[in-house]
Amino acid sequence: MAHTDKVSYWELITNGIVKENTIFKLALSLCPSIAVTSGLKNGVLMGAAVLFVQVMVNITISLMRKFIHPKVRLPIFMLVISGWVTVTDMSMAAAVPDVYKQMGLYIQLIVAFASILARAEMFASKNKIAPSMADGIGMGIGFLFALTVISFFRELIGKGSLWGMPIVDAKPLLIMILPAGGFFAVGILMAFFNWIDIKFLKKGVSASH
Amino acid sequence: MGSEFTKLFELIISASLINNFVFTRFLGLCIFFGVSKKMETAVGMSITFTAVMMISASLSWLIFNYIMVPLDITFLKIIVFIGVVAGLVQASDTIMRKMAPGLYYKLGIYLALISTNCIILAVPLINAGEHYSFIQSLAFGLGSGIGFALALIIMASIREKIELADVPAPFKGLPMAFVITGLIALAFTGFSGLITL
Repeated sequence: MAHTDKVSYWELITNGIVKENTIFKLALSLCPSIAVTSGLKNGVLMGAAVLFVQVMVNITISLMRKFIHPKVRLPIFMLVISGWVTVTDMSMAAAVPDVYKQMGLYIQLIVAFASILARAEMFASKNKIAPSMADGIGMGIGFLFALTVISFFRELIGKGSLWGMPIVDAKPLLIMILPAGGFFAVGILMAFFNWIDIKFLKKGVSASH
Repeated sequence: MGSEFTKLFELIISASLINNFVFTRFLGLCIFFGVSKKMETAVGMSITFTAVMMISASLSWLIFNYIMVPLDITFLKIIVFIGVVAGLVQASDTIMRKMAPGLYYKLGIYLALISTNCIILAVPLINAGEHYSFIQSLAFGLGSGIGFALALIIMASIREKIELADVPAPFKGLPMAFVITGLIALAFTGFSGLITL
């Protein structure tokens, strides 16, 4: 994958969405997938924040890759990531204060995302800016997609609404917006994607490590 | 003095049971699912984790209140705390290897994993946000450590049994672990309202 000349940008982007989806396939950065997905709005905003951080980090690292001494690369990556997370944190606190109140801590914890550091280390530090950007967009959109799907089902079933607007008039299944429901939702969705793999792609179970 | 002590005790109970990091705040999940496959690794991780948690909570409290607040640079807390945690883990790794090779052989691998754990970063951030005193921060760190240990050990004992069970193919591995965690989390909601802080 390091030889990007032969890999098209489109493949780089879809790789992050389908083949190496952070949550459903790699099972990394799981904390926010449950913590902020009780409503569609929170889920989408969190996904967007991660998308932004991932793309910016990839670009920055890719720009700096020739100046970073390999021995000190990890601390430098961490500094770059926490810098961009601080930017995101402050912008969100200013732009969407009501959402920020609920999920501020989780935004700050984007720093500790293994997936962002992993992309910086495995991809951006070895590739030119444009492919790094494509890779970041792919991974970010994959994450956004996962959070959107999870929060879509949780809000629809748990509150009977979407983006705060009531959709279903029936009595909602409260458990889905409780902490426990988040674990159930992720577990069942993961199993569903595994089932697709087994049924249609004739592959082994991939999300079990 | 008496009420002070009660308050600390409440803080520990609330951090370990009511607001358990894994089951109600969903932090540290990567580590939680990663090391809860075997009882032995779960216990090793719990010990290392609680120790590092206490040290990092006190260290970052000192830095936050004596350096960052006077200099008015609290907005840098994310960067500083991650630096403290990473530095601390690296330092204890080196010290342990020299001073206690036996212990290092047993627990060293968990030490490396800890730096990717979000709880270890969340505790200093919450301490700073809630303006806890030094002793309170320490109690909060201890409570979170105990809570994480509890979660790991419960999960490990269940997963050792699940190994023998006949789980439907798509649910094998992580999906099943998620569903089990959901069930435990459901049980932990029973603790909510035990103490109101």
